[in-house]
Amino acid sequence: MKDALSLVQRISAHPDSRCWFVSWSPSGTLLASCGGDRAIRIWGREGDSWICKSVLEDGHQRTVRKVAWSPCGNYLASASFDATTCIWKKKNDEFESLTVLEGHENEVKCVAWAPSGNLLATCSRDKSVWVWEVDEEDEYECVTVVNAHTQDVKHVVWHPTQELLASASYDNNICIYREEDDDWECRATLQGHTSTVWSLSFDASGQRLASCSDDHTVKIWKEYPGEAGQGNLSWKCVCTLSGYHGRTVYDVTWCWLTGALATACGDDAVRIFKEDESTDPDQPVFSLAAQVSKAHSQDVNCVIWNPKEAGLLASCSDNGEIAIWRFHEED
Amino acid sequence: MSVGGRLENANPVIFQRSGERLMTASEEDEDVHDPIDDREIFDLIRSINDPEHPLSLEELNVVEQDRVKVNDVESTVGVEFTPTIPHCSMATLIGLSIKVKLLRSLPDRFKINVHITPGTHASEEAVNKQLADKERVAAALENSSLLEVVNQCLCTKSI
Repeated sequence: MKDALSLVQRISAHPDSRCWFVSWSPSGTLLASCGGDRAIRIWGREGDSWICKSVLEDGHQRTVRKVAWSPCGNYLASASFDATTCIWKKKNDEFESLTVLEGHENEVKCVAWAPSGNLLATCSRDKSVWVWEVDEEDEYECVTVVNAHTQDVKHVVWHPTQELLASASYDNNICIYREEDDDWECRATLQGHTSTVWSLSFDASGQRLASCSDDHTVKIWKEYPGEAGQGNLSWKCVCTLSGYHGRTVYDVTWCWLTGALATACGDDAVRIFKEDESTDPDQPVFSLAAQVSKAHSQDVNCVIWNPKEAGLLASCSDNGEIAIWRFHEED
Repeated sequence: MSVGGRLENANPVIFQRSGERLMTASEEDEDVHDPIDDREIFDLIRSINDPEHPLSLEELNVVEQDRVKVNDVESTVGVEFTPTIPHCSMATLIGLSIKVKLLRSLPDRFKINVHITPGTHASEEAVNKQLADKERVAAALENSSLLEVVNQCLCTKSI
C-alpha cells in the first residue's frame, strides 16, 4: 500500500461522552458533530486548525444521534433518542431552533435531506420511516409513514439526484423507496447481510450503494434498471468486502470526487478502499488502499469525506473525539 | 422482581460461592505489571444480584469463572452467562447488568462481548444481538426506570 492516511488534527469534541456522528456542510467549510452529551457542535477552519464555532444545546433531552445539513447549507436537522428531530436555521454564524418534528414513538436514529431540499426523511426504533415535506414558510408536514422493516431502522439516505430513499435496519435488510401517487412505497428489499445494517452511502452517480453491517462486511449493490417490473426496482449485490474488518462496521462513505470508500469500524480502525480500474462493472473489485489501525482509542462511529476538498476525511469515536485525516494517493 | 406476582423459577438450585482470590507475591509487588485476568473479571460480576431472587449470579451459577475469557493484550473480554431456565424473561436484563458492570469497571480500551451460553435459552440469538448493539444499550441506559433496575442488580452486598 503506497497510499497513506495522515492525521491533520485530533479534537476532543464531546469530552466525557461519545461522539456519534459528524457531517460536513455542503460547501465543506463547516463540520457538525453530535453526541451523548446532548449537544451539537459546529467546527470551522481558522488558519491551519479546526475550532469550535458554536454549540447548540437545549435542543434535545437525550443523546443526539445524527445531524444533517440541508443542501443549501442554511439549515441543520438533528435526530435524537428523545424521539424528536430539531430543525435549526443558520443566521450569520449562529443557529436558532426553528421547529421540532414530533411523531416517532421512540429514538429517532437518523435524519436526511433530499437533494432538492424539499423533503426530509427520519427513521426510528419504532420501525418506521417518515417522509416530511418542507414548504417555503419553513413548515414541515409528514407526508408518509412507511413500515417496510420489521425492526429498528438505523439509517436513511437519499439518492444524490433522484427522489429515491434508502434505509438500513436491525432486521438485516435495506429498503429502497420511491414516491407513487403521493405515497412513498418500498420498491426493493436488499437481502444479503447476516446482521444489522448500520449505514449506507450512494456513489456520485447513484447507480451503486455501499452498505456496512454488524456481520463485519461491506457490500456494494448496483441498480439494474427495468429488470424487476411492476414499478419495482432491481438492486443486486455485486461485491462483498469481507476479511478486512475485525468488528462491526458502523459507517461507510463514498467519496463523490475520487470514488474512494472509507469505513468506520468497532475495531478502532479507519480504512480506505479503492476500486480496481478496468474491472467488470458487474463484478467490481475493491482493494484496501490505506488503513489506520488505531485511528481512535475506541470504536469509530462515523467517517465522512469532505464534499469539496478531495481526500479530506473526518471521523469520530466513542471516546468523544473527532479526527481529521488527509488521504494521499500515489500513482 | 417477579412476573405476575409469581416467580418464574421458584426453586433455583443454589451453588457454593468461590473463595477469595489468593494473592501471589508478584501480584502484591507494585513494580510488576499485572494483566487483567479471568478471575478479576469474574470477581467483578459474580456478586451482581439476580433480578428475581435475593441471590448473586454466582450462587445461581448464571456466571462461572470458566465462562469468562480475557485477553489483556488484545483488550477483549468475553462473558457467557447461563439463564437458570430456558424461557427466563430476565435474560436481557441480566446480560445488560453484566455489560454495564464491565463497562463501568474496565479501562475504555476493552471490547466487551456478553453472550448467553450456547443452547441454554430459547431466545439466545435475539438476546445476544440486542446486547451487542451499543446503540440500543446506550438508549436503554438513558431510560431512568431501566437504569434504576440495572443499578439495583449492581448494588452489591459485601461478600
